[in-house]
Amino acid sequence: MSTIAALVRKDLRLELRTRESVPAMALFSVTTFVVFHFGLDRSSVAGDLASGVLWVTLLFAAMLGINRLFVAEREQGGFDGFLLAPVDRTALLISKALALFAFLVAVELVAVPAFVVLLLGPSPSGALPELLGILLLADAGIAIIGTLASALAVQTAARDLIAPLLALPLLIPVVIAAARATTPLLLESGAESVALRWPVTLGLYDMVFALLAYAVFDFLLED
Amino acid sequence: MPALPLDEAGKYVAGAYVTFLALILVYVAIMASKLSRIERELEELNDLADQRGPVDGA
Amino acid sequence: MYGKGLRPLSLATCLTLTAAFALVFFYAPLDADQGFIQKIFYVHVPMAIVALLGFVAGAVMAIGHLRTGDRRWDMRSYVAIHVSLILGVGVLVTGAIWAKASWGHWWVWDEPTLVSFLIVFLLYATYQPLRFSIEDPERQARYASVFAITAGAFVPLNFLAVRLAESLAHPRVLSATGGALPGDMRLTFLVSLAGMGLLFVTLWKYEMASKHASAQLRALRRKLGGEERAATGRSAAPQAPLPIRQAS
Repeated sequence: MSTIAALVRKDLRLELRTRESVPAMALFSVTTFVVFHFGLDRSSVAGDLASGVLWVTLLFAAMLGINRLFVAEREQGGFDGFLLAPVDRTALLISKALALFAFLVAVELVAVPAFVVLLLGPSPSGALPELLGILLLADAGIAIIGTLASALAVQTAARDLIAPLLALPLLIPVVIAAARATTPLLLESGAESVALRWPVTLGLYDMVFALLAYAVFDFLLED
Repeated sequence: MPALPLDEAGKYVAGAYVTFLALILVYVAIMASKLSRIERELEELNDLADQRGPVDGA
Repeated sequence: MYGKGLRPLSLATCLTLTAAFALVFFYAPLDADQGFIQKIFYVHVPMAIVALLGFVAGAVMAIGHLRTGDRRWDMRSYVAIHVSLILGVGVLVTGAIWAKASWGHWWVWDEPTLVSFLIVFLLYATYQPLRFSIEDPERQARYASVFAITAGAFVPLNFLAVRLAESLAHPRVLSATGGALPGDMRLTFLVSLAGMGLLFVTLWKYEMASKHASAQLRALRRKLGGEERAATGRSAAPQAPLPIRQAS
């Protein structure tokens, strides 16, 4: 436990100091909303269109984040240092996933209000708790799968390309569930309730992949 | 959509089955080139072995 | 020894597939709704089922590799996934032909099984780029196995998720696999499925034999002191590990 906490603190502190990932991801999100405005030729979106724009943007911003997730370890020999320490190796997986989760939350603190201001038609104030819940559930899935994909890609030569290519298909069920869950919250006619199946799907998917990642991660760190 | 008349439908069905066959044949062709390469290398190795000395009675 | 039994196997494949296609065109009745187009179903769906099972088999073999450390399991996994990818191309092309004939478009999002298959295919399409960009063979094998296991677990999850998503908006238009298939159609379908399965095993064995032979060649070359011939094709392509002399 304390290992994980220490690793997470290290990553968070590193990000605070260098500000490499989170500001870029946030800026990317806001810029993408502007691009969507011009691409769709619309001043406001609602319902399923709004849900789609929001989730696609968050997903692609996350791709930027996962590309950078293990870079420090790779370039500065952090892997070797970690392997020498007498700690459980999956601590690295958990800590990186938690760090990525934290980054995603930080990005959303900027991106979601930006979305509301720039593109969203109806006001989401009635649906904030549900929206928050879905964001957190989806972030967990993106964090786990993103960490796994990033770890798989870190040893390859073309890792910036491979990591998103691995992560995106694996994240499609997350997008499906998150977008379907968010749609009723952003309706023009006022927020409606979310069908229970979508948060349940998200939760189950997150759990399955968490277990899977936990089972296989050791093999990525050998030698 | 109503079912296509037989002559039009036939072309699509034929296309599908031809695709399947083409896939297999392409695979066979690739394997054939691998096989010929193996054959060539074996011949080279045979020559190499001959150079190193006569073959003892097996 | 992968070449052993390859001849009877390929013969069986040939016979079964020929019998299947004969059944398709001479025995199976014409579908009431879709007409002649429905005949594509007998080649498209068995290919899809076998390809998906092949991906799962690749995952199981990858588990074998990670548990035993024996690189031959990784080779088997690689070939299984490779053959499934080839079949996967066939599935998508025949699926598109079916879609065009049935609905007039080369692609439809209404059919959840086809959509799920596309997603799975896109995922496995990264398998080879991932492998070939890792130079160290032992690490390459390990990472590939982790990928194969993750992707194999993803296959059923993905199908569930897409089915969940589409079932609300669009009712299932095509009843693809055998729920309400009449007897003669079911027989034809099963024979075709058996043929595809045999085809998969034949192609798998074929490719394994070829890789094994290449590995033997390399070992022989090394023993004879010839210079290392760089493998043609991708330099980091997985090559069968040097064979262990087994008492056969």
